[in-house]
Amino acid sequence: MTAAAKISVVGLDAWYGTHQVLRRINMAVQDRRVTAIIGPSGCGKSTFIRTLNRMHELVDGGIVKGQVLYDGEDIYDKSVDPVLLRRRVGMVFQKPNPFPTMSVRENVLAGLRLTSALKRSDADMVVERALRQAALWEEVKEVLDKPGSSLSGGQQQRLCIARALAVEPDVILMDEPCSALDPIATARIEDLIHSLKENYAIVIVTHNMQQAARVSDETGFFLMGELVEFSDTNKIFTSPKDQRTEEYITGKFG
Amino acid sequence: MTRHTDKEYEAELRDLRETILVMAGRCEEMIENSIRALVDRDSDLANKTIAADHTVNRDELRIDELCFLILAKRQPVASDLRFITQALKMANEMERISDLAVNISERALLLNKEPQLKPYIDVPRMKELVQKMVRNAIDAFVSGEVDKAYEVIKQDDEVDALYQAITRELLKVMTRDIEAVERGIHIQSVAKFLERMADHSENLAEQVIFMIKGKDVRNTDLPESDAS
Ligand SMILES: Nc1ncnc2c1ncn2[C@@H]1O[C@H](COP(=O)(O)OP(=O)(O)OP(=O)(O)O)[C@@H](O)[C@H]1O
Ligand SMILES: [Mg+2]
Repeated sequence: MTAAAKISVVGLDAWYGTHQVLRRINMAVQDRRVTAIIGPSGCGKSTFIRTLNRMHELVDGGIVKGQVLYDGEDIYDKSVDPVLLRRRVGMVFQKPNPFPTMSVRENVLAGLRLTSALKRSDADMVVERALRQAALWEEVKEVLDKPGSSLSGGQQQRLCIARALAVEPDVILMDEPCSALDPIATARIEDLIHSLKENYAIVIVTHNMQQAARVSDETGFFLMGELVEFSDTNKIFTSPKDQRTEEYITGKFG
Repeated sequence: MTRHTDKEYEAELRDLRETILVMAGRCEEMIENSIRALVDRDSDLANKTIAADHTVNRDELRIDELCFLILAKRQPVASDLRFITQALKMANEMERISDLAVNISERALLLNKEPQLKPYIDVPRMKELVQKMVRNAIDAFVSGEVDKAYEVIKQDDEVDALYQAITRELLKVMTRDIEAVERGIHIQSVAKFLERMADHSENLAEQVIFMIKGKDVRNTDLPESDAS
């Protein structure tokens, strides 16, 4: 773990009630880098990234132990306001989930409206900037007042990314952001990840090995709640250290 | 060894592995026959060996095709990726070895037309070694026993020593007897071709080591036993 890590996870455990789903996780997420999380279904990937912005505790029975240091400060400290934390550490989900009754513009502003009042002119600026960052502006600038649900799946996912970006986070967590998208929309999101990486730390959960190999700098392989291997993505996909990683990424039975 | 969940993928890899083995077998046979054609003064065998090269070339094309298909369809990673990329290189090395067997056969045809200069002693020895090198490299490839591949790298030094000895001896003969020069040069070329086969076998071994261990040993001097 280096001092420069944006997020340092130290000895993290997580439970749903009495069911422990993460054990002794240690990991460093670097700033301006993409960290991929891979592993079989049910191994705890979604749970893990939800512990990084305190969303796990919103789930019934969700318990976390251990430390998550964000810029060196423990996010589970009593003094930390989880709502403010989630502005700094934004999240994009597997299924595009724009608020269906809200317009494109309102969707982008949804996160901000929760925390502050905005002047109309400022709001317009935020909307345009976030949509441009999400590589969606050109496609929707004429339809900002149409409902978010009228966009295509790939556009909706970028709208959700714009919504996450509008609050100006430091870190973006993405849980299988492309699993509902076609190859072109996927390529757009991946291209977007490449450009977002210049300003943010990104953590992405993906079931697509090639996607992890393409977009990330570091990759962590989870298995049954444990972090089996965490290393340079190039290393993981050419010569992983652990036999279990090897078997998983090459598609073999354990 | 654990298998791929996707049986068709598993079958494609098996097909590739078997094609490499078949090609290696043919390659070894060509080495054997090219030298036998020389030592036994059997020009028919030399011609047969030259003709066999065509089949080895076809093997190489087949291996290339299988690799390209797997790359396109499966996007292999980790040990699978190393296997595919090294298979491509191995097929190429084996094709070069068989070309050298053709070169030897051509010299055999020339030499067999002339009276024998001297009994062949070191040349068959060199051939034995080269064959052993190819076999060890392929055995390591099949079994995953990396030590066999390291063995090949050591054997290359023995081949080099034999090559030097043959060259020195031929020089002696040729400086004494001008009539011997032409045949001497042909025999020297045969030794040179064998020495180059050994170099290709060493490449094969390095490829197998990379495939097994994920460690590139090209241009490193001594094999470490197991550092990783
Ligand atoms: N809300 C919940 N209540 C109880 N158990 C849960 C809950 N969510 C997840 N789990 C359990 O926690 C474990 C880890 O689930 P998680 O969703 O983190 O896995 P995942 O790696 O994201 O899987 P997938 O790839 O299928 O999305 C699983 O055993 C799952 O059954
Ligand atoms: Mg999940």
